[in-house]
Amino acid sequence: MSQSGAWRGDSERSEHYWRVNLRLKVKLLAVWAIVGYLLAILLAEPLNEIVIGGFPLGFWIAQQGSIMVFVALIFIYAKRMDKIDSDHGVHEEELGEARKVVAREIQEEIGPKGGERP
Amino acid sequence: MTDIKLWTLIFVIASFGLYVTIAIRARVSTTSGLYVADQGIPAIANGAAIAADWMSAASFISMAGLISFIGFDGTIYLMGWTGGYVLLALLIAPYLRKFGKYTVPDFVGDRYSETARAVAVVAAIFVSFTYVAGQMRGVGIVFSRYIGVSITVGVMIGMAVVLFYAVVGGMKGITWTQVAQYSVLIVAYLIPAWAIAGTVADIPIPQVSFGQIAQDLNALQQDFGLAAYTEPFQARPMQDVFLVTLALMVGTAGLPHIIVRFYTTKSVKAARYSAGWALLFIALLYTTAPAIAVFAKTNLLQDVAGKTYSSVPEWVHNWEATGLITFQDDNDNGVVDSLTSDETRAARPGELFVSPDIMVLANPEIAGLPAPVIGLVAAGGLAAALSTASGLLLVIGSAIGHDFYYKRLRPNATEKQRVAAGRWAIAGAVVVAGYFGVHPPGFVAQVVAFAFGLAASSFFPAVTLGIFWKRANSAGIISGMIAGMGFSAGYMYMTIYQGMEFWWGISPEGIGAIGAVINFIVAIAVSLRTAEPPPEVQLLIEEVRHPRLDEGAEAKVPIG
Repeated sequence: MSQSGAWRGDSERSEHYWRVNLRLKVKLLAVWAIVGYLLAILLAEPLNEIVIGGFPLGFWIAQQGSIMVFVALIFIYAKRMDKIDSDHGVHEEELGEARKVVAREIQEEIGPKGGERP
Repeated sequence: MTDIKLWTLIFVIASFGLYVTIAIRARVSTTSGLYVADQGIPAIANGAAIAADWMSAASFISMAGLISFIGFDGTIYLMGWTGGYVLLALLIAPYLRKFGKYTVPDFVGDRYSETARAVAVVAAIFVSFTYVAGQMRGVGIVFSRYIGVSITVGVMIGMAVVLFYAVVGGMKGITWTQVAQYSVLIVAYLIPAWAIAGTVADIPIPQVSFGQIAQDLNALQQDFGLAAYTEPFQARPMQDVFLVTLALMVGTAGLPHIIVRFYTTKSVKAARYSAGWALLFIALLYTTAPAIAVFAKTNLLQDVAGKTYSSVPEWVHNWEATGLITFQDDNDNGVVDSLTSDETRAARPGELFVSPDIMVLANPEIAGLPAPVIGLVAAGGLAAALSTASGLLLVIGSAIGHDFYYKRLRPNATEKQRVAAGRWAIAGAVVVAGYFGVHPPGFVAQVVAFAFGLAASSFFPAVTLGIFWKRANSAGIISGMIAGMGFSAGYMYMTIYQGMEFWWGISPEGIGAIGAVINFIVAIAVSLRTAEPPPEVQLLIEEVRHPRLDEGAEAKVPIG
């Protein structure tokens, strides 16, 4: 990447992208910590007093609910990042296009087959 | 019995044939194919491959059994081995994919220094060997139980198959084989679980029906003089449950054989989604395991506890032959008065020893399911062990073939030489892993838990600081890794082999969480006292933080 002209304007975009990204991570990791550590472990004893469908609640969160929340958190993150990426113009090109570009670059730089990826 | 053997042979031979066929079709001839599957794996397939890579002999064979003996506290495995994917997806996967090389030491080397790479190579090999030993052992156990060969012969057969498909197919062969292995293992796990749920409860969905059974089990446990099953902190104090869970989660995000999987996706976006798919696929097994644990424990207490030993069901005696069940009549009354899952009976005494390893394997027999199902479970256990072993062996192979041979010894090696070196390194790793499988350093799940502690206290801080803190430098990260890993390994050694008392009730499995914190503190302190990284490293960090970074691209929304 070059550090002339356009880069200066881009650096602000890039900082903003990173800030939004970090803010999203902090939110999702807070949920991760609250479910996995606060509810499932630290508050397990009082929550076990509540019984739903045969499950003491603390037990259910620790052995079922938390896992489901973890799955959801990752998909929420991936979905949100799709939008954040494209809002900031840092999303990847469509696959077909990207592959062509990569293939062309490899062809030009190191000849067909082999060589380490840039 | 012969029926079971026959069906086991059919399923094992059919599944091995499938793996070998896939490897031949996916054979590779370049380093990119050998180490990162030409970066051409779609997100869902990569998710399935990660899930198979992830779920080891310990998850498939031992976990439900371990949980059944510790009840609520079994959540250390359930959460500990799933929650780490959130860390991986948010903090590591997309950035390593953007970095886009071959190994974890590659990232550490480029981000910090060649010395840091060397430390990472040693850590990767150490962690992976600790982990792979248990997998080979798992293969041996399944073979000896179902086909009647010795554990050593079982390990040899497993070695031969892995050797073939890992050496021929490289990462590409391993990945597609793992997709097949995931399918085999999840079907093998779910069918008996659903069948058993159907026999013990009205709703045949294990995740739903085990709540009711857990209530019955609580009562049974109390009749037998045990604490209620759903009662927390009976096996471990709260702070230990907390720390073991944390060590396993952070360890998950620091295991080289999982991190490298994200190099193989087609894009950064695909890396994020493949983490989600991976955890969804893992969750299918991990939400079923606690149900199996409850069903198995209930069956065990109903059939065996308090009964005269001569009248216990047939399956108990079948498993006696393997040494995984033993009865020691302490008071000579011929009755099973107490249970234990501790073979030495030292920590938890009891008359009937039941190895946690057999809960899943024996479950179909306990529930009286037909022979083909039992054969399928055997094939599933093998798939779980082999898929994890192959992923680990590739990491060891790439650490030696790529990071050591090519990067250090022969930087001028041709592509062809590098591929050959990679293949030989993988082959060598298989042989060493086989040796550990025959002479294991401990029982399956325990060994795996230690690999996590070491991964947590070495790689996780090094990789995350490398991405999120530009100021982190080589001196800091090397000191951090050595301090963290040294502390964890030392504590494990002292408590297990020297009989040192636990500090504040923290078990050796949980110490990795403290090791990781020590690593972070040392790395940050040393980094701040030494020079900041050079400008090209700052650029590298900018580069990995963005899926695509080029000048002049238009942003859709105004920034400000």
